[in-house]
Amino acid sequence: MQVNENFEPVIVAFCCNWCSYAGADLSGTNRLNYPTNVKIIRVPCSCRVNPMFILRAFQKGADGVIICGCHPGDCHYTSGNYFTRRRITLLYSMLDFLGIERNRTRLEWVSAAEGAKFAATMEQFTADVKALGPNRRLEDLRCRKQ
Amino acid sequence: MQRIGVFVCHCGTNIAATVDVKAVAEALGHEPGVVISQDYQYMCSESGQELVKSAIREQKLTGVVICSCSPRMHENTFRKAAASAGLNPYLVEIANIREQCSWIHKDIATATDKAIILGKAAVAKVHLNTPLSSMESPVVKRALVIGGGIAGIQTALDIAEAGFDVDIVEKQPTIGGKMAQIDKTFPTLDCAACILTPKMVEASQNEHITIHSFSEVADVKGFVGNFTVKIKKKARYVDETKCTGCGLCTEKCPMKKVPNEFNMGLDNRSAVYIPFAQAVPKVATIDPNYCMMLRSGKCGVCSKVCSAGAIDYKQQDTFIEQKYGAIVVATGFNPINLDKYDEFAYNQCPDVVTSLELERLMNAAGPNGGTLLRPSDKSHPHTIVFVQCVGSRCDDEKGKPYCSKICCMYTAKHAMLIREKYPDTEVYVFYIDVRTPGKNFDEFYRRAVEQYNVHYIKGMVGKVTPKSDGKIDVQASDLLANEQLHIDADMVVLAAAIEPDKTARPLATMLTTQMDTNDFFTEAHPKLRPVESATAGIFLSGACQGPKDIPETVAQGSAAAAKAIGLLCKNSITCNPCVAHSDELMCNGCSSCEKVCPYGAITYIDKEFRMPDRTTKVRRVASVNPAVCQGCGACTVACPSGAMDLSGFSNSQIMAEVDAICK
Amino acid sequence: MNKNLKEQVLRSSGVNVLKCMRCGKCSGTCPSYGEMEYHPHQFVYMVENGDIETLMKSESIYKCLTCFACVDRCPRGVEPAKVVEAVRLAAVRQQGNNHLEPSEIPALLDEDLPQQAIVTAMRKYAK
Repeated sequence: MQVNENFEPVIVAFCCNWCSYAGADLSGTNRLNYPTNVKIIRVPCSCRVNPMFILRAFQKGADGVIICGCHPGDCHYTSGNYFTRRRITLLYSMLDFLGIERNRTRLEWVSAAEGAKFAATMEQFTADVKALGPNRRLEDLRCRKQ
Repeated sequence: MQRIGVFVCHCGTNIAATVDVKAVAEALGHEPGVVISQDYQYMCSESGQELVKSAIREQKLTGVVICSCSPRMHENTFRKAAASAGLNPYLVEIANIREQCSWIHKDIATATDKAIILGKAAVAKVHLNTPLSSMESPVVKRALVIGGGIAGIQTALDIAEAGFDVDIVEKQPTIGGKMAQIDKTFPTLDCAACILTPKMVEASQNEHITIHSFSEVADVKGFVGNFTVKIKKKARYVDETKCTGCGLCTEKCPMKKVPNEFNMGLDNRSAVYIPFAQAVPKVATIDPNYCMMLRSGKCGVCSKVCSAGAIDYKQQDTFIEQKYGAIVVATGFNPINLDKYDEFAYNQCPDVVTSLELERLMNAAGPNGGTLLRPSDKSHPHTIVFVQCVGSRCDDEKGKPYCSKICCMYTAKHAMLIREKYPDTEVYVFYIDVRTPGKNFDEFYRRAVEQYNVHYIKGMVGKVTPKSDGKIDVQASDLLANEQLHIDADMVVLAAAIEPDKTARPLATMLTTQMDTNDFFTEAHPKLRPVESATAGIFLSGACQGPKDIPETVAQGSAAAAKAIGLLCKNSITCNPCVAHSDELMCNGCSSCEKVCPYGAITYIDKEFRMPDRTTKVRRVASVNPAVCQGCGACTVACPSGAMDLSGFSNSQIMAEVDAICK
Repeated sequence: MNKNLKEQVLRSSGVNVLKCMRCGKCSGTCPSYGEMEYHPHQFVYMVENGDIETLMKSESIYKCLTCFACVDRCPRGVEPAKVVEAVRLAAVRQQGNNHLEPSEIPALLDEDLPQQAIVTAMRKYAK
């Protein structure tokens, strides 16, 4: 597939307040770089992320969406990340059925101590999405800002 | 009509060096609803906060956005500032343009663009913020300490001193932990039992402290101020209320071949036993794995000789449930298993021992009554070799990557005590580094070298081979003399690494506290909050948080107690107001939300609704208890009709943020 | 010249010499210690310092039995035996002559010759 070298993907990251958002802060404190394409939305727990938000992001033109939560067993709310895991599995099935590339959506467990992992994950994810090219299948052109 | 104020912080050069803050303030000033947009050097300072407050008053702001460092730093600061100027504190949003923008990106143009987008997302969100007020939830004035070693005992004593009730849960039959097994402590060479036992007795006699020995935590529910804990009291087969601790049963018990855990398996005890003479509580316990009565129904001697009638072969495990306001974890440590270290012949040769085993061999209450004898033939050892760093500082799966902290000091202690008692015994210590960071620690180690003539050799032992004549060949390198040595030793002592107790990980899952990859509990902040875990109401004390010696453990125990007291002395704590709520008109009472709530905050009520034809209908709708709800949002996604929403992170708010970010 | 040699040794051995914490367990384990002028813990240190020429001229690198006891026992996973092998390789390659052409190999094959010997010979003696 032809990929425009100047294409910069829009990546939305949903990070849970207790682990992954703190991990993102830690990568900042350690001055570890990752691409500017990634914009983070803070949620109290990864289980707050409704698959509708992910589809909304794609509808509005995001090229990749990544959800970060606490490692299984470490969720601040005990079981939230288990729900996330199951919901995203179902979402993957749906996206596969629709023919949307699997690499556009990702679920990653990042703890508050894993600043380096957070930066590396964002770096890798941005590269993966960039290789896939712009999200044409799910973008609703009527939603494009004037 | 919203009137939003935007404030962009320079944070000195932390933000301003990679983000054009003036451009950000300019761009955000054009967003719909924004009436004032300015930048300032240090928004969190007094003058910065004053800027926000005066803008709220003069511009009659209905919402505030601060583009600055992470909300995890200063969200509370700006919330308080807004509240003091008369604006509801939950009408403030923070855009993180430092940790998640200026500090990670190098190109000014792209970093500024990203900062503008993050600011726009925050503005879009704050448009939809609603004023929220905190509820109060009561605090149960009782603390739970899990673990009855010196850390747990110190914490319990301090909490009791403040006048609060404390329960200690200890899985062994007695409290005291590892310190009870130690002979003398560094650097003072105090007798460990002499300084520990008064504290153990104090803990048992204190009216505020209840000790649940031979018990484990089975389940934990609830949240800070209101934990409900299920404690399993394991069956001792002895009635604690009747047993006087006279010890007659232990003398008369015919099964005397049980390896004695207190002496690290170096001698035997009977099936009914009291762990050591100063045990608290001083109550016998029957080991069901070895008791002939419990296994085959034959014997019953202990029951016959017990004058108090305390033996009860029919005893079962019991469960008790108790409410607590604060929990302190003090589960301690164990030396690692040395099965993977065949080079040291630990499993092959009884004269190769770990340091804790040596501690018992030298202790007056140990297997040899305090005389140091070789375990194999009970002869006097003339040459003893100490091997440091066995399993510590190891980069592979065989051992642990960290330094175990206490070994350099306790080996110096052992070496000195042996040289003091047996001047004819030669002592060699093979070390990589000697780490003596505490008060009077380095002087202590130098005494061992200079005054007691302990031979410290920089190098490592490569192989330990037991010989046929009963001696042990130790092959090691001496790096400074550049030689390979062979020493004919009588005993070899391995300074094994220490690791957290095996019950720590299942406990962390029950408490929803975090652990690192080495199974040490993670503190809330490694520098500034060493005794709190990230979970509110759970505190950490002692070696469960990281390897440490006794002075540090006691200090941390008191620190954890202080934090717990700070929580318990409140009559109520303000709850998080960002809780879930259900739209009754949309709710159909399907129960999907109740099933996913980890706290049981959702119940169902029957409510009357007016129908269009002027009749009333009773429908079952969900109702969230705002004091119990912790605001995770699991229910909002489970709700099929979209009736459940989360204040502070509502569906419309999050989608507004998504819209602002995407093109 | 020295830097190139060090880089060559590190690359062909795949070892990170910075991981060594100077404990000396490798030397403590080495069965050939007494025969060597420079010992396993010194190999690692000298390679890190770039002092490879000295090692190449010394007999010590040929006394190593490649028993891999040091690799097994090293707590940091430094693999001194691989460092020694790399230095030996550097010594052999430096001699400059090509001792083995690929076309010569079929003639040397017989059923007793293990494949490993062919591979090792190619690495050591071919230029």
